Amino acid sequence: MSWIENRFEEGLIITSLDWAINWGRRYSIWPMTFGLACCAIEMMAIGGSRFDVDRFGAGAFRASPRQADLMIVAGTVTYKMASRVKRLYNQMPEPKYVMAMGACTIGGGPYFKNGYHVVKGVDLVVPVDIYVPGCPPRPETLLEGIMRLQDKIKNSSIATDKWTGAKEAALTA
Amino acid sequence: MAPEEIAEILKDTFGASITDTEFESAHPRVVVAADAWPEVAAFLRDDDRLQLNFLRSISAVDYLEDDKFAAVYDLASYRPGKTDSDAWALTNAVAVQVWTDRNDPHIPSVAHVWRAADWHEREAYDLMGVIFDNHPDSVEGLNGFHPRRILCPDDWEGHPLQKDYAFPMEYHGIPAVTELNQTRPIH
Repeated sequence: MSWIENRFEEGLIITSLDWAINWGRRYSIWPMTFGLACCAIEMMAIGGSRFDVDRFGAGAFRASPRQADLMIVAGTVTYKMASRVKRLYNQMPEPKYVMAMGACTIGGGPYFKNGYHVVKGVDLVVPVDIYVPGCPPRPETLLEGIMRLQDKIKNSSIATDKWTGAKEAALTA
Repeated sequence: MAPEEIAEILKDTFGASITDTEFESAHPRVVVAADAWPEVAAFLRDDDRLQLNFLRSISAVDYLEDDKFAAVYDLASYRPGKTDSDAWALTNAVAVQVWTDRNDPHIPSVAHVWRAADWHEREAYDLMGVIFDNHPDSVEGLNGFHPRRILCPDDWEGHPLQKDYAFPMEYHGIPAVTELNQTRPIH
């Protein structure tokens, strides 16, 4: 949407457009099929019929980062995996969101002190939008995280969208 | 066959290469000199009385106080039983311990005797630093050939399960956080 983003001041003119775009974005969050450890089992559970993340529009798990909006980092990120996580994140089209799922991904979890191989939080590698705590989080917790991400998308505006560079411009000005 | 009997057969065949035996512990074992180990391994596998054709695991142990490493090979025998009901019954089992110097840890590879030793030796090198000579999957390092790493990245420094291992403070630009309230990067 680069032809329209960042071309307006914040105001009455684009609020309806914002509403329409954010409505579309937040009810069609396509997550990436990407599980690293035991948290991925809970992530699979929300795709099943019992928890059914499709009710919130986030059930279309894509097998390619190029079709995905949301990367749920589900599991322990090792230093060996960190470069792959970063590459997958770079391959996703904008707008893209990252959810840090579980204690390991948020801050190293049980491996914080004595895990020589674990990245102490995936936010050291990629920017994280939503943190979902738990070890592993229950599927309800993950659904809650998706709803909070929807809230975040709902309150964004194409005038100040971070993907268009407006944020950096505002910071340097 | 009890471990004691297996030890007797080995002592009769190899003599001084069997340096010690330990049967009182929960892990009865035969200590074999590193030089003779591939020869002994082939005998353990091929001898009709022993037929220890199954390598359960290789454990590398760090004896920091004694300045030594030990590799412990858990061997078992699966062979056809006398009747159909005990076909492939477990009959023999023994552990073999091989000592090596901690500052120059070299043990001959037995991957050509038991295929299972291939990955086990790679893991023992990766995590403990014991170099298995003549390993089929060797790469050249700074100090000659060593088995290829299996779990850590190829450019990983050190061997994490050594008792004096120093944790990396940074890996490819990713900082290793050491304090709970350490500042996070702003993306």
